[in-house]
Parts: sequence; C-alpha cells; structure tokens
Amino acid sequence: MRTAQAVAWKEIQLYFSSPTAYIVGLIFLALTGFFFTQDLGDPFPEATLTPFFDGAIIVFILLAPALTMRLLAEESKLGTIELLLTSPVRDWEIIAGKYVASLVFFLVLVALSFFYAILLFVYASPDPGPIYAGYLGLVLYGAAALAVGLLTSTMTNNQIVSAVVAMGILLALFFADRAFGSVSGLAGEIIGEMGLRGHFQDFSRGVIDTSNIVYFLSVIAVFLFLSIRMLESRRWR
Amino acid sequence: MTVNDLQPNMIHAENLTHYYGPYPAIQDVNFGVRKGEILGFLGPNGAGKTTTMRIITGFVPPTHGTVTLDGYDVVEQSLEARRRVGYLPETVPLYTDMSVNSYLKYMGTLRGMSPDAIKTRLGQVIDVCRLGDYRKTQIGKLSKGFRQRVGIAQAILHEPQVLVLDEPTIGIDPIQVVETRKLIQELGRDQTVVLSSHILPEVSMICDRVLIIDEGRIVAEDTPKNLAEGLQGVERLEVEIGGPAAEVLPMLKGIDGVSDVTHVNNNGRHTYMVQAQPGKDLRDDISQVVVNNGWSLRGLQLVGMSLEEIFLRLTTHEEL
Ligand SMILES: Nc1ncnc2c1ncn2[C@@H]1O[C@H](COP(=O)(O)OP(=O)(O)OP(=O)(O)O)[C@@H](O)[C@H]1O
Ligand SMILES: [Mg+2]
Repeated sequence: MRTAQAVAWKEIQLYFSSPTAYIVGLIFLALTGFFFTQDLGDPFPEATLTPFFDGAIIVFILLAPALTMRLLAEESKLGTIELLLTSPVRDWEIIAGKYVASLVFFLVLVALSFFYAILLFVYASPDPGPIYAGYLGLVLYGAAALAVGLLTSTMTNNQIVSAVVAMGILLALFFADRAFGSVSGLAGEIIGEMGLRGHFQDFSRGVIDTSNIVYFLSVIAVFLFLSIRMLESRRWR
Repeated sequence: MTVNDLQPNMIHAENLTHYYGPYPAIQDVNFGVRKGEILGFLGPNGAGKTTTMRIITGFVPPTHGTVTLDGYDVVEQSLEARRRVGYLPETVPLYTDMSVNSYLKYMGTLRGMSPDAIKTRLGQVIDVCRLGDYRKTQIGKLSKGFRQRVGIAQAILHEPQVLVLDEPTIGIDPIQVVETRKLIQELGRDQTVVLSSHILPEVSMICDRVLIIDEGRIVAEDTPKNLAEGLQGVERLEVEIGGPAAEVLPMLKGIDGVSDVTHVNNNGRHTYMVQAQPGKDLRDDISQVVVNNGWSLRGLQLVGMSLEEIFLRLTTHEEL
C-alpha cells in the first residue's frame, strides 16, 4: 500500500510540474468556459450549467488520454519499467498509484471549474439539483475516461499511440447509444446500454440514478482490471 | 570440499532457455551462485548475458527452465524473489526529471524500505557512490558516469541479498572504476553478486568465478585462475634460441605439429613464440632441431593464456 502511495505521489508531483498537464488544464478551462458562456448571449439566458457539462464531456474525450498517455508508456520507453517490475511491487499497486494520480489532477481541474458554478449562484438563482448531480456525473465520467486512457498507456511504449487508441475507444463508447438504432435486437440494446453519453445525460438533468452510477463504476473497474492484466502480461513477453 | 560447498545456492538456475520469437537468446544455461560469491558473466555482444540477468531478476520469464533466489522461484514466487534483488540494468533507466535524492528515496520505498531506513542508508549510499555534490541535481542533467553511479546507488540502497549488475563500470572514470570494483568486492563478502562485463582484467580481478557465455550457451565456467591454467596445456612455448633468426624461424615453422611461430628480437635476445596444434607436446622436437643445427637453446617454457586469449579462443571458434 505504501508503494502504491509512493507511485501516486511521484506521479502527482510530475503532473504539477509538467507542461502537458498545464496545457491540458488550460484547454479544459478555456473550452468549458466557452461552452458555459455560449448561452449568455441569449436575451433570456438560462441559469444552468448544462451546456458546460455537455461540452466538458466532449472535451474530456480528447483531454483524458492526454493526461494518461505518459503514465506507463513512458516507463516502457525509458526502460524504467525494468526497475519498476523487478521491485517487490504488486502490479495492482502500480496501476492504482498511477490511476489515483491522474484522478487527483482531474479533480483539481473540476474544482477549478467551480468558478462557473459560483458565478451562476452569485449572479442568478439556478436550480442547484442539476448542478450537484452534474458534477457527480462529470467526476464519474472523467474517472471512467482516465481508466480507459490508463489501459492504452500500459499497452504501448508510444504515448501518441496510447492517446489515439484511447480517444478511439472513448468515442466508440460515447456514441454507442447511436448504434441502438442501427443494430437490431438484443445486441443493439446491449450496445446502446454501453453508451457513455446516455448514462451521463440523466446526471446533467439532475437525476441521480443508481444504475448510471453502477455503469460508470463498472467501466472504471473493467478498465483498471484490464490494465493490471496487461501489466502482468508484460512479464510474459 | 569446503564449508561453502555445503551451503545451498543463493541463486540456482536450471536449464534456462529463452526465445525471442523463433530465435533462442540463451539455451540450456545452468549455474549456481553461493552466498558471498561474485560471479562474472563474460561473453561477446549478443551472447545472452543481459537476457540471463533479466531472467534472474524476474523481468522476463524464461521460455524453459527455472531460477530460484534464496529458494524462491522467480516466476512462481516472484514477489518474494524480488524482495531479495538489487538490479542495475544495462541501460541504467532513470526518471530524468527527478532529483538524485528524491529518485533514491522513491526507489527505496518501492523496494519496501521504511522511511527511517531510507534516511539512514541514503547518506551512506550517496557517500559510497560519491554523489554528495549532486543530491539535488535533476538526473537528466547528470553526465553518463554520474547516472551510472546513481544506478549503482539504487541497486545497493536496500542492501539486497542478491545484486545483479549488468556492466556496472561502463562509462565511469578510472578512479571511480577502482572505487566501484572495491565496493563490489566488499558487497560480495556477504551478498551474492552477479555481474557482466567486457573488461577481462576486471572480471579476473573481482570475480570468484567466471562464466563464459557464447551464442547463448555456457562454454566455460571456473575461477579466473583455473581457467587460465586449465587451458595452458603444452600448446604454447616461449623459446629463446642463440642462432641466426633468418635460419631459425623457417626451421621452427617446419617442425611437424607447429601451427604458428612469431619472432621477437629483444636487443639481440631472440625469442620465439611457438604455437602447437592442440594436444601436441613439441618440447623434444624443438630441442632436437636446435641441437642438430648447432645453435644454443637458452630457454624453453610453457606459456599460459591470458583471460583475453581464452575468451577469444572460446568464443571465436578458431585457433589462435
Ligand atoms: N527484446 C528483444 N527482442 C528480440 N531479441 C532480443 C531482445 N533482447 C535481446 N535479443 C537478442 O538476444 C540475444 C542476446 O542478447 P543479450 O542482450 O542478452 O546479449 P548480451 O550478452 O547482453 O550482449 P551485450 O554484450 O551486447 O550487452 C541477441 O542476439 C539479441 O539480439
Ligand atoms: Mg547486455
């Protein structure tokens, strides 16, 4: 456990000293700020964060892989994985440490975006329900996206490949509910149920449905599990 | 048999074979290393030294065969085996954006050391590896030799029972090389050390036993001294002859069983290095030739081979 903490702490320090992370943060806040203010031009703007949330989940398809791509791909590239894997550290501890670090950085970004919510509460009287629920959904959504990115980072020593593959998986999951129409029968329904977007929409409408929470937690669990297995399998190559 | 022979091996490798794709990097490698022993791997590039070390440390599993460290199988009981290893990989992989201090602390934690233990050891290791002035320096800004020292520092930090060092002295300056060799010898008193090297005097100086690997197979295994003596044989003679070199040389070359003769004129002292075909003892033939020609035989002695020559002989598949 101490080793997982050490891995996490090292990665967190790296996030806060690396330009990539700051660029990601900047892009996230700039783009979501843009979505947030989009409505404000309306003669009767709605006091809501829904456009912010809808924008954030799209932006995060691109940004989550950029945050996670370094995590293991760089260790493979530099060869530091040779020392990591020959230390008495369990594979899950490595994955957990790396994942927690990316999650911490992401949560900091989310916390910075509270600025928009605060603006809203100061200058208008929004319905708080959808805002709380939306943030819960956003955190779950981001955590799932980071897990996807972590998996692809364990699969390659090339950060770009990791990021592109993760974006591909995230896009496929994002639009899975579209397949609902084109694939008939049970298969279509199952694929439709896998959609990231579909499960997020309830949250931004202010509805906290347990099945949606379970869905995101399952996605996180599955991708973290696959990451651990992938790291284990490196020992067999 | 000494007391040491009765102790179980600290490292025990049996029938190790490793394939990269269809190509075997090592084949049927067997060896044991006792506690307190320093074993040197010697072999040309691509012989399979690094592959063998990666198997010992559990980084790559062997295709066939087993390795145990202190009785723990590196594949089946990997975690227990890994607790006992300190490893300096060939490429000295380091996190370039960390400082020396924080890197060593991090590695100590990964190796399961307590914060207190790290604090105590860190200072010692930094002294031993002479990194004192660079504690706060970012590793990416260190020169090659200093990175090598950081690599050695992390390998010995947790005082592992088994130390695996892949070309430990490469890239460091002569003074530090001497220090590092001394350090390895000291560590080798109670720890078990496996190292690889291309530097033959280094291996014969610090290793208790040498394992010569070529094309993935062990071609010789003994103490550096025995290796040199065992191969000495009767096949090479240094002869000093009083007589005109222009006549002596062709006569010596003409002796049946001589494969090569080189002549050295040392201020009028003519010595000839006679290389015989394997297994031939030519001492009598040579003295016969000298006497028949009326020259004087001033000296005749068997010449041992240096480790360099043994190495070349064993790994180049041709007669010297
Ligand atoms: N990751 C790999 N994939 C494929 N082949 C490899 C890999 N690593 C090593 N080999 C091959 O295995 C053989 C043994 O390599 P190894 O690195 O063990 O040699 P070595 O004795 O350490 O050589 P050197 O003295 O150059 O370090 C070589 O022929 C090499 O090409
Ligand atoms: Mg090598």
